[in-house]
Amino acid sequence: MSRGGSDRGVAKRRQHAAVFAALGDETRLSLVTTLSGGEPRSIAQLTGGSRMTRQAITKHLRVLESAGIVHSVRSGRESRFEFDPQPLNELQEYLGRVSAQWDQVLSRLQTLVER
Amino acid sequence: MNERIEKRIELKAPLWRVWRALTDYREFGEWFHVELEGPFVPGQLSQGRITHPGYEHVRWQAVVQKLEPERLFSFTWHPYGIDPKIDYSKEAPTLVEFRLEKTATGTLLLLTESGFDKVPAERRAEAFRMNDGGWTQQMKNIEAHVARRQ
Repeated sequence: MSRGGSDRGVAKRRQHAAVFAALGDETRLSLVTTLSGGEPRSIAQLTGGSRMTRQAITKHLRVLESAGIVHSVRSGRESRFEFDPQPLNELQEYLGRVSAQWDQVLSRLQTLVER
Repeated sequence: MNERIEKRIELKAPLWRVWRALTDYREFGEWFHVELEGPFVPGQLSQGRITHPGYEHVRWQAVVQKLEPERLFSFTWHPYGIDPKIDYSKEAPTLVEFRLEKTATGTLLLLTESGFDKVPAERRAEAFRMNDGGWTQQMKNIEAHVARRQ
């Protein structure tokens, strides 16, 4: 069994890990949920309705940005944050491959113990 | 989506049979497609060679964690650790757990692989594409899942 190797493979896995880590926080998850609607939003918009400070929200947005899940676009005097689905799509694809490999491995185990 | 893989499979075989297939290193090798150098010992490195067609150049390395008879077998490994030129020892491994439960008709096997979120965040995603908004539902699912776990 193998998961496909090479430098690229390792780099990809680190990237996946960064995405998982970025999502492993309730505030960030809720920011991503809001932004995944498709409409770019400003920090002020994202802070409104939350009990957190602008600074705290900004910090969380930077974590999401460094994982590539959101990116900021300048719009006049303010920055707007936009959702990028690609890292999450890649993550799902990666886990799909790992999952399919386990299916194959476990079906061989089944054949062995049931014969 | 989640940071772990979970599988459950009902096996029409008694507990002892499944336990042996999981933990006897020769039997393990047969279905996992790996030629192991020796028995599994908790706390020790298990080494061998992958025998799966097309991957014969790949080394198998895992650290055995738990061997609780007919209940739990677990090891840690590096899912991408197959390039001989790269030192994976500094990377966080994932944890693979096989749990067994007796059922009326045989054995229930629960497999989990977890820890995909533990590798240091050294890489920044580069490619950007247009947002299609399709993740909204998916994110709600993740959110609900995280909330359940807390």
